[in-house]
Amino acid sequence: MKLSRRRFLAFTGTTAAGSAALGGSLLLNPAHAAEGSQQPGKVMLDYPKINISKASNLKVGQPVSFTYPDSSSPCTLIKIGRKTQGGVGPDGDIVAYSNLCTHMGCPVSYSSEERTFKCPCHFSVFDSELNGQMVSGQATENLPRILLTYRDSDDSIEATGVDGLIYGRQSNLLPGA
Amino acid sequence: MFEHRKDRIALPPANAQKTQTCCHFCIVGCGYHVYKWPADQEGGLAPDQNALGLDFRQQLPPLQVTMTQAMTNVIQDDDGSYQRIMIVPDKDCKVNGGLSSTRGGQMASIMYSPQTPVGSQRVKYPRVFAGDEWRDTSWDQAIALYSQLTKRILDDDGSDQLMFNLFDHGGAGGGFENTWGTGKLIFTGLGSKMVRIHNRPAYNSECHATRDMGIGELNNSYEDAQMADCIFSIGANAYETQTNYFLNHWLPSLQGQTANKKQAVYEDGETIQQTKIILVDPRRALTVALLEQAVGKDNILFLDIEPGTDTALFNGLLTYVVDQGWHDKAFIEAHTTGFEDALKANRQSLDETSRITGISKDKLIKAAEWAYKPKASGHAPRTMHGYEKGIIWGNDNYRIQSALVDLVLATHNVGRRGTGVVRMGGHQEGYCRPPYPGGRPAPYVDQEIIQGNGQMLTVWACNAFQTTLNAEQYRNEVLRRSDIVKQALRKVRGAGPEKMADVIHKAVKEDGGLFVTVIDLYATKFAEAAHMVLPAAHTGEMNLTSMNGERRLRLSERFMDPPGTAKPDCLIAADMANALRKLYETEGNAEMAKRFEGFDWKTEEDAYNDGFRRAGQDGAPEIHSQGGPTGHLATYKRLRAAGNNGVQLPVKEYKDGQLIGTEMLYTDNKFDTDDGKAHFLEAPWNGFPEVVEEQRKKYRFWINNGRTNQIWQSAYHDQHVEFRRGRYPMAPLEINPEDAKDLGIESGDVVEMFNDYGATTAMAYVEPDIKPGHVFMEAMYFNSVMGDLVTPWTDRNVIPYYKGTWADVRRVGRIEDYADKVSFKRRRYV
Repeated sequence: MKLSRRRFLAFTGTTAAGSAALGGSLLLNPAHAAEGSQQPGKVMLDYPKINISKASNLKVGQPVSFTYPDSSSPCTLIKIGRKTQGGVGPDGDIVAYSNLCTHMGCPVSYSSEERTFKCPCHFSVFDSELNGQMVSGQATENLPRILLTYRDSDDSIEATGVDGLIYGRQSNLLPGA
Repeated sequence: MFEHRKDRIALPPANAQKTQTCCHFCIVGCGYHVYKWPADQEGGLAPDQNALGLDFRQQLPPLQVTMTQAMTNVIQDDDGSYQRIMIVPDKDCKVNGGLSSTRGGQMASIMYSPQTPVGSQRVKYPRVFAGDEWRDTSWDQAIALYSQLTKRILDDDGSDQLMFNLFDHGGAGGGFENTWGTGKLIFTGLGSKMVRIHNRPAYNSECHATRDMGIGELNNSYEDAQMADCIFSIGANAYETQTNYFLNHWLPSLQGQTANKKQAVYEDGETIQQTKIILVDPRRALTVALLEQAVGKDNILFLDIEPGTDTALFNGLLTYVVDQGWHDKAFIEAHTTGFEDALKANRQSLDETSRITGISKDKLIKAAEWAYKPKASGHAPRTMHGYEKGIIWGNDNYRIQSALVDLVLATHNVGRRGTGVVRMGGHQEGYCRPPYPGGRPAPYVDQEIIQGNGQMLTVWACNAFQTTLNAEQYRNEVLRRSDIVKQALRKVRGAGPEKMADVIHKAVKEDGGLFVTVIDLYATKFAEAAHMVLPAAHTGEMNLTSMNGERRLRLSERFMDPPGTAKPDCLIAADMANALRKLYETEGNAEMAKRFEGFDWKTEEDAYNDGFRRAGQDGAPEIHSQGGPTGHLATYKRLRAAGNNGVQLPVKEYKDGQLIGTEMLYTDNKFDTDDGKAHFLEAPWNGFPEVVEEQRKKYRFWINNGRTNQIWQSAYHDQHVEFRRGRYPMAPLEINPEDAKDLGIESGDVVEMFNDYGATTAMAYVEPDIKPGHVFMEAMYFNSVMGDLVTPWTDRNVIPYYKGTWADVRRVGRIEDYADKVSFKRRRYV
């Protein structure tokens, strides 16, 4: 499931408003990207909240593609099949990561057998069950994790932030996103 | 400044200061750029607003940049100002072509910052153990004590009582400036021969054999891998240990992308064919595993040799190749000596070779055909031989290397583009010293210390507590003897340097004590035995020159101040020499004072000009320099202009504003011997040394050992960096699943290895590619010292056999916090 930019903006009113506000602040200072949230009580950027999937639609070991926090940042959602650090959902086993290797941005692929992400360019391997820890390879940071929340009421998995810098960006939020 | 959540980065402004540097770490010496700018500023997103020239207003495509938080830091200069730095790979550098490895990519984060965990560990001021505690002190006080004590020992009992554990390489903790400064102090000034090098217990070369045969061990260019028909990799694991040499030169060659480079140097009509690779390694290392994915099984031949039998392999191949008539008779006749004798001594049938090495005859023949059988056009194939610790630390270094180079010489795989017989290397190189005053073999200094000899030991930018053989006995003895001095120092009150020197002198001369000085970035494991710690500077905090594995000389520019009063090793050596000169002058001993002359250096460039640039010049003393007699052409100014491509030594000339270097040695078939001919050496297979064989028979597991990708050397930085230490809180020990099951061991368990020489612990990492009866352990780790298990046996030149280690393994227990936070997924890309 890949989200188009239009669908992305249409998801929730709050997301669209947050995005617009961010764009506004950037217009005041076009030389710089987002400086962090202006809101009290937040230390991270003003990430959008995006509904990705219903937990019950996910099958163990079958990765689901989506983009977050914008359409040029491919990500993968996985139901690991066993409770995982930071995992969400009824079984605590749903996690998501950026698809772009932190080394040089080549798209990583998910191995359902090993439950790792592998980069074909320079052979880095990241552990999907341990916060994207680099198992081996040439990166200097773990694979960025997409932070998720699970809503019992409608079984939805929502992306709410990113832990780690996405490859090829000054900031995880692009100007005008 | 430390932030757990890091979702943005400060870009260097377009006007940020930009300097050049080589990576501090492995021999490859990748080129990087350092950007530095005031901490309260940052560059903009448009390409003209940031120094990288990239458009961050949108997502960058893959392979445009490597830029992570690990490549940035906030440092503080001596004037109190905070500055940001970013260190990113240089796309125009011929070595790495813009690639960064996991080691080099973290350079910025290990540079000194008072605010980072790794920065907080740096030694900032000289420290002296006095009373019952460590006291920070001034350089004047520390050097006064050091020189007073040195003089007492030198005058009373001679230079053999002054022992040194000394770096000899390039990169951080080395460099031509610093090898010269220390060498001039120790060899010319003190006249001591009781020096051990870096990772071995004597003053020797890891490549005596190849040098004796007339072939320096770094004789080709990295580009030659792109011109080769066949790459023959022996006891090396290039992906993890020479990463960007592998990724930027080997891999494109093996993936068929370098036909144009071959075309440019091959003879008319010579067949251009797909590059193949032969890998000799008892372990299916990461390099083997990923190559099977990346280049296909048809182009790779993996010879999973029995440990320690490489000599037999080369002798079998030599015999087969000669019997097939594939050797280069004209070359042998014209440019070598000793072929017939060596062939007679080394002769060994394929059946025998197969029996000893455990490699099937079919595979042996296939290897011989790939590497040495004439091509379709009738031309001999161009085979590049790269070897490292499997040979360097193997079963009789001198003998294996002789057998290998015999095979290479017989097939003329040296001096032609696309060939070469080269060590792959560990650190960068940077050797420039007066002649070593001892003989060959040099004294086995570790054993001298263990036997109670030596009164003063200076440990300079190395750490034998983690990196020597028979390490447990060595460590125990150094600590015991060090404590004798500490006991004496505990009773000293109100004493200046002279009185302290008197007390120490008595403890070392009469009571069997050993006074230990550690000169380093950190208070290393060896500092547990020290009485004095002196703070050194490293790459980036000083200007520093080194050369890489293709003899490429570069200047890494200073871009920041060292912490506290830390200073370059060459200037520390000069302080010591100048203090000694004054002491001898004061007592009117002109002869001794003269030995310490010529250290009036203000900067590291003065040391460089005094050593590297004076070698072979009129009026200069004899200087053994990797720059040779043309080193004088390579001034700092010219090297700055040459950037990260520098110049390959030896320099041929300086012409039209450019340093012209040497891509390949021996293209004229003139070798480094008295008669200019290459010399074959006899090297028959001779089994295992007795003490090693004893352990092999007695213990179940072969303890293979070496580096893993993420950890550099003794982990002197890495042990303080969460990304590294979090990955490996203890040395990982790869073990076969069946062996693990048999011993009740799971991944993450703490295990103990033990034999007749010592014991150490590691963290089990179950890995199906490891053969039963083998394990593989990260060597030299800060809390798991593999050297504790290594026998004291050495070859004829006092080179250890680190790989010749057998021990038993038992489960100790489990530290859940380690096991929970460490991934035990397979490290191999399969």
